[in-house]
Amino acid sequence: MSMKPNAKTVLEVKDLQTYFKTDAGIVKAVDGVSFSVREGETIGIVGESGSGKSVTNLSLMRLIPSPPGRIVGGEILFEGRDILKLTEKQMRSIRGKKISMIFQDPMTSLNPFLKISTQMVETIRLHEKDVSTQEALERSIEMLKLVGIPSAEKRIQSYPHQFSGGMRQRVMIAQALSCNAEVLIADEPTTALDVTIQAQILELIAKLSDKMGTAVILITHDLGVVAGMCDQVCVMYAGKIVEKAETDELYARPSHPYTEGLIKSVPRMDTTKKGNRLFSIEGQPPNVIDLPPCCPFHPRCHKAMEVCRHAYPPVKDLGKGHEVACWLFADESEKQQALKEANVKEKAE
Amino acid sequence: MSTERKPLLEVRDLKQHFPISSGSILQKQVGAIRAVDGVSFDVYPGETLGIVGESGCGKSTTVRSISQLYKPTSGSVIFNGVDLVRADSRTMLKARRDIQMIFQDPYASLDPRMTVRSIIAEPMIIYNNRRLLETPMSPMDIERRVEELMERVGLNKAFKNRYPHEFSGGQRQRIGIARALALNPKIILADEPVSALDVSIQSQILNLMADLQKEFGLTYLFIAHDLAVIQHISTRVAVMYLGKIVEISEAVQLYDNPLHPYTIALLSAAPIPDPKVERERKRIILTGDVPSPDKERTGCYFYDRCPKKMPWCSCHIPPMFNINEKQHVACWLYDKRNLSKVTMEEAEADAAKVAGAEA
Repeated sequence: MSMKPNAKTVLEVKDLQTYFKTDAGIVKAVDGVSFSVREGETIGIVGESGSGKSVTNLSLMRLIPSPPGRIVGGEILFEGRDILKLTEKQMRSIRGKKISMIFQDPMTSLNPFLKISTQMVETIRLHEKDVSTQEALERSIEMLKLVGIPSAEKRIQSYPHQFSGGMRQRVMIAQALSCNAEVLIADEPTTALDVTIQAQILELIAKLSDKMGTAVILITHDLGVVAGMCDQVCVMYAGKIVEKAETDELYARPSHPYTEGLIKSVPRMDTTKKGNRLFSIEGQPPNVIDLPPCCPFHPRCHKAMEVCRHAYPPVKDLGKGHEVACWLFADESEKQQALKEANVKEKAE
Repeated sequence: MSTERKPLLEVRDLKQHFPISSGSILQKQVGAIRAVDGVSFDVYPGETLGIVGESGCGKSTTVRSISQLYKPTSGSVIFNGVDLVRADSRTMLKARRDIQMIFQDPYASLDPRMTVRSIIAEPMIIYNNRRLLETPMSPMDIERRVEELMERVGLNKAFKNRYPHEFSGGQRQRIGIARALALNPKIILADEPVSALDVSIQSQILNLMADLQKEFGLTYLFIAHDLAVIQHISTRVAVMYLGKIVEISEAVQLYDNPLHPYTIALLSAAPIPDPKVERERKRIILTGDVPSPDKERTGCYFYDRCPKKMPWCSCHIPPMFNINEKQHVACWLYDKRNLSKVTMEEAEADAAKVAGAEA
């Protein structure tokens, strides 16, 4: 883990909105998400299934299936350019070269019909036309060595099924970084792996990010993984970032009741208190179809107030870049104002 | 754990091998996947025995062999004094009433064409029709019992006519729990019941299972790959590797003072949700992957990946050493003789001598 406060910002997401049109209504999978990543930094995005973590990152790659999905608003600034305004051809030169992605399931993200060598050479030569096949092959072998695949020269001629899960994930990482990507998006990279293999892969990602200055966006539901890997954490709930802070700050002072509940509800191995009941967040994540304009967490929140039922809370900065979207931190006047506006709207309807 | 207590379930040298066959017409067995390769343990009434291990180590197969969903290759499973491996179907049917299972995938373990009511009522109807219940149940009794169970596991009884797809993952797992409770079992075999669930839902289910255990005096055999979950719920823990138990101890001792090199590595690899703790921890990163369980081994099963291996371990399978009443470990490091000085030649000569004596 390395803190580089002066490093330049590589990717900036501003107010991203990705909606899906379904028969049941419009699903606001991502609704106004903003964050930025600096060179060599690792940012974690945590949340439960359906909170919009993966859709956020597929949006960054412009891989949202359309229809039904559509990025309806916001900006994604990469090297000063808004990649949402690029043509598909321009996007292709970024995707896989400058912004790479590794997926959750290493079993299905490699082509089972092609040798590893074919797949890796293809990636490199697609982006760098002047590289010969031989050079690309050599670079691929180098990358495989870097990610710790033994006898890489021989293994590169194997097919994916000849590798174990952990090894396949290593191949994916090697492939993703073979063009010196500036941003690596890792979507639950270790969820399908066992703990001992998970530890290997996480260490590898951290080492490579440090060595090559790659910014990493790590999507996960595991709060333990985040604690060990990330400089900054965004907590997502129902398509919105509810809290964003530096990792230490977030775990020391979780401010949003959801973050607090999430941290308290996982059993911890190092605390000796046993047999106690776990803290649990009652109820279930909301359906994100046609959410009313309220805090989406209020039905499960143990600190819910009247205003939470009527308006979405403003984002408050608690200092040191610790941002939280919760009415608990808003001024009294803001709450009154929001309640009044909600009243007016309800009457109008 | 007092030694006078009678175990509810005794598993002795349980083996479950799956044959590998080759040949298209004349199939012949060319080998076997040794999914479970000689596992012994006891489960005492009212306790929770947790089983941890990586995928492919035989956790689920152990549980399925106990409930006789697979017919074990050898060994015995003694439940309430009856050996289930050799029991006839009638005896087995009676025993199954007391042994119920909860499965990992709440999406695949409920029949999508049955309503919640029929799912929960099915075990009672089956046992009632075969007259295997102490007191026969009328349809009204069953209906009342279904409602009672639904309320107990935290489902609204008004939803009893709904189908599984109308419920979320956590609610479906509650349906699975209600079904398992329907016949008042003595022991519940829970095969990764929370690993498919989100963290906030996971804690709800863990709390529910703890409450039910207190209320009905249930015994659990609980499988998970998440070490923190196992620590939270278990009284004793068995760590499995490649079809064998490498360590079986009281939960507190196992987590405070792990003995087997594999347990130590496993505990150090599991992430802890606290950045300060994470930074200061020393990780033991195991190299390599779990080997394939398809060949017969003559040495320690963990030999290939063990950071503390000795020549002796390559050709001697470690027995279970009793360190004290609460901790048992299968590792040559804990043998009273100091084996670290034994050279490869001496170890192999000894192994050959033992093999010769046996032959």
